[in-house]
Amino acid sequence: MNTRILLKGKDLLGIKDLSTEEIMLLLNSATSFKEILGRDIKKVPTLRGRTVVNLFFEPSTRTRTSFELAAKRLSTDVVNFSGPSSSIVKGESLLDTALTVQALGADLVIIRHSSSGVPHMLSRHLRASVINAGDGTNEHPTQALLDAFTILEKKGRIEGLRIAIVGDILHSRVAKSNIYCLRKLGAEVRLIGPATLLPRWFGEFEGVKVYHDLETGIEGADVIMMLRLQLERQGTGFFPTTDEYFKEWGLTKKKLSAAKPDAIVMHPGPMNRGIEIASEVADGPNSVILEQVTNGLAVRMAVMYHLEERKEE
Amino acid sequence: MMLLITNGYLVNPAENFEGKADILIENGTVKKIIKSEKPKKNNFKDNNFKDTEVFDAKGMYIFPGLVDMHTHLREPGFEHKETISTGTLAALRGGFTTVCAMPNTNPVNDNAGITEFILSKAQAAGNARVLPIGAITKGQKGEELAEFYMMKKAGCVAFSDDGKPVANPLVMRRALEYARGAGALIISHAEDPLLSEKGVMNEGALSVSMGMKGIPSVSEEIAIYRDIALAEFTGGRLHVAHVSTEGSVRIIRQAKERGVAVTAETCPHYFTITEEAVAGYNTNAKVNPPLRRKKDVEAIIEGLRDGTIDVIATDHAPHSLEEKTREFDSAPSGISGLETALILALKLVLEEGALSLMELAGKLTVNPAGILGLDSGIIKEGAQAELCIVDPAKEYVLKSQELISKGKNTPFDGWCLKGAVAATFFKGRLARW
Repeated sequence: MNTRILLKGKDLLGIKDLSTEEIMLLLNSATSFKEILGRDIKKVPTLRGRTVVNLFFEPSTRTRTSFELAAKRLSTDVVNFSGPSSSIVKGESLLDTALTVQALGADLVIIRHSSSGVPHMLSRHLRASVINAGDGTNEHPTQALLDAFTILEKKGRIEGLRIAIVGDILHSRVAKSNIYCLRKLGAEVRLIGPATLLPRWFGEFEGVKVYHDLETGIEGADVIMMLRLQLERQGTGFFPTTDEYFKEWGLTKKKLSAAKPDAIVMHPGPMNRGIEIASEVADGPNSVILEQVTNGLAVRMAVMYHLEERKEE
Repeated sequence: MMLLITNGYLVNPAENFEGKADILIENGTVKKIIKSEKPKKNNFKDNNFKDTEVFDAKGMYIFPGLVDMHTHLREPGFEHKETISTGTLAALRGGFTTVCAMPNTNPVNDNAGITEFILSKAQAAGNARVLPIGAITKGQKGEELAEFYMMKKAGCVAFSDDGKPVANPLVMRRALEYARGAGALIISHAEDPLLSEKGVMNEGALSVSMGMKGIPSVSEEIAIYRDIALAEFTGGRLHVAHVSTEGSVRIIRQAKERGVAVTAETCPHYFTITEEAVAGYNTNAKVNPPLRRKKDVEAIIEGLRDGTIDVIATDHAPHSLEEKTREFDSAPSGISGLETALILALKLVLEEGALSLMELAGKLTVNPAGILGLDSGIIKEGAQAELCIVDPAKEYVLKSQELISKGKNTPFDGWCLKGAVAATFFKGRLARW
C-alpha cells in the first residue's frame, strides 16, 4: 500500500514553498470536492467542530466569500474578522490581533493583508494553520491552485502547455503564484506587459520568457491569463493612460487569434472590461472565467481539508 | 596601580607596527611599550612588580580602542530603542572607545543645546567617548542649514542628515560650501528618495519574487555622483556613509583617482551578508541602504582592499522588539551593530584573507580618526590607555538576547562566530560589562 502523501508544512503561505507532489495532492482532492459541489446537498461533515477564522486586513468580497463558503461546505464554524491595515495605525498590533483570533479557538486562520509577508510572520507565532489569501504583491496561492485546476479540467494536462500571463505582473500576487505553480507543473510560462510593470528582473526567473508585445507573446498559446489592472496605477508613471494600455495590452478578439484556436482565456476577477479585456472575449467561447469561480470553492475546500488532515497524523 | 599586558600581539596602525609587545600601564597611562618577538622576562626589571596586575594576552590581538564614526544612540527621544548609557556600554563590549552619535534623535541634534545635552549624558554614563554629529539642516528637514559653527564649538565633529538624504541639491551645495568655511566634514546619507520611493529591500529578482518594493542600487549611486560633483565644485569635504553597491564603489574610486576630497565607509553587514538574509520576511535584516547582491558584497570587499573605502563603521541602529515585529513594510530599518562589527570585520582577515590585520585596524581606528580630525585610535607611551583586546580563537553562538544594547535586532542571531573582545580599556580603565 502506498504511503499517504501529506502536506509538509502546517500552513499554506505560498506556492513557492510547495513541492510538485503537494500541488498535485491538492489538485487531485479538489476534483473530489468539486463532485460534492455538484450534488443536491453540497455539505459534508468532514471538518465538523473545527473553527475557521477569516482574518482580512484588506477589503475583499470575492475571496472572503469563497473561503467562507468553502469552510461552510466542510461543516466548520466560520467567523469573519477584520483588522487594521497597518500596525502603525493606532490600536492593537498585528500580532495581538492574530493571537486574539487564536485565543478564540481558531484551527485555521485565513489571512489577507496589503503588506507582503504578513501571513509568514503571523504563522510563526500561531499554532493554528495559516492560509494565505493574498499578501501584498507577494502571493495568492489558492488562486494559482484554482487556475491550475481549471487548466487541468480544460486541457487535461499542464506540462508542455504554453501559458501567457498578461498585465501588471509586478504588482500581481496572482501572477507570482501562477508563475511558481505553472513552472513546477512543467508549463512554458510567458509574461507579457509594459516594461514598467514587467521589469527586467523577471528575466532572471527560471524558465520564464518576457514579452512586451501582446500578439508576439500569446502566439500559439494554450492558455491566456489576463490580470486585473489596478486603475489607481494610472498617473503613477507606470503607464500613461488606460486608453493606450487597452490598445497595446488589452485582449480583443482580433488579438486573441494569435493564440491557438482552442486557447482558454482566464481572469481572476473583478474585470475591467474595455481596459485589460474586451467584453467580446470575456463573454466569448474561449472564456472560462466563471468556471474559475466555482473551482475556487473546490480548491479551497481541498486546502483546508489537507491542512487539518496532517494534524491527525 | 600598575597593569602589565603581556604576551599579546599589538597592532598599532598609527605607528605602522604589528608584533609581539608587552604594555605596562600605570594609573591608566601607557607607561611603556616593549616590542619584541620574544618578550624577555627582564623587560620591566626597573619596576617593582609587587602591586602589578598581569593580564595575559597570549594569542590575543591588541588594537587601539576602536572609533565608530556612525552610531545611533537614540537619545534624546527614542530611549526605548537605546540610551546613551546602554549604547556606549555596548560600544565598549564591541571594542569601541569612541562613537560618533548621529543626529536623528528627537529633538534632532541641530543646535548646540542638544549637542551639550548629549555630551553631558555621555559624561555621566562614563562609558565610551561620545562625539556628536550635528544635523546638516534644521530638524533634518532638508531645507535650512543648521548652525554648524555653534555646534562645532559645542563639540560636533561632523555634519550629517543621516537617516534621511539631503534631497535638494542646492541645499547640499550650500552645506558643502558652508562646511568648507567652517572646516567641517559633511557626511552624506546618499540616497535619492524619489528613486527609493517606498522601497524596503534591494530591488531585483528577489524583491520581485517576494512581492516587496525595491530600493534600486541606482538610488544610492545617483546620490553619490551628485554629492561628489558638488564636493568637486565647491571644494567641500565629503564623506559617504554606508556604501552598499558595486556601482558606488566604482564611482568613489574614480573620484579619488581625480583627487576629489571624498572618503567613504561601509558596514559589516554590507560585506558579510546579501539580500537573501531577508528571506522569510526577516525584519532584522531590513536596513537602509538595503542588503545587496553577491556581486556588491564582492565589490565592497575589493573597495576595502584597494583603499577606496577608508572606514568600517557600524551604523549601529537599535530598535525595539515591538517595532521589529511589525509587518516588513512598516518595521523600521536598522541593525544593532556595535557588538558584532569587529568580529565580523575580522572575518575579512582571518577567513577571506582580503585585508591584513593592519589594514583592518586602520579602518577601525586611525582612518576614521583622521577623517574626523581626532587623536583617538592610537596607542602611545604617555597617553591614556585605550585598547581593545581580542581573542581571535574564541568560538561561540551569537545570541541576540545577550547583547548589551537595547537593540536585539541583528540578522546574525544564531551565527557561529569566531573571535571575541576579551577586554576594552577606556581612559585607562578596564571596562566592565
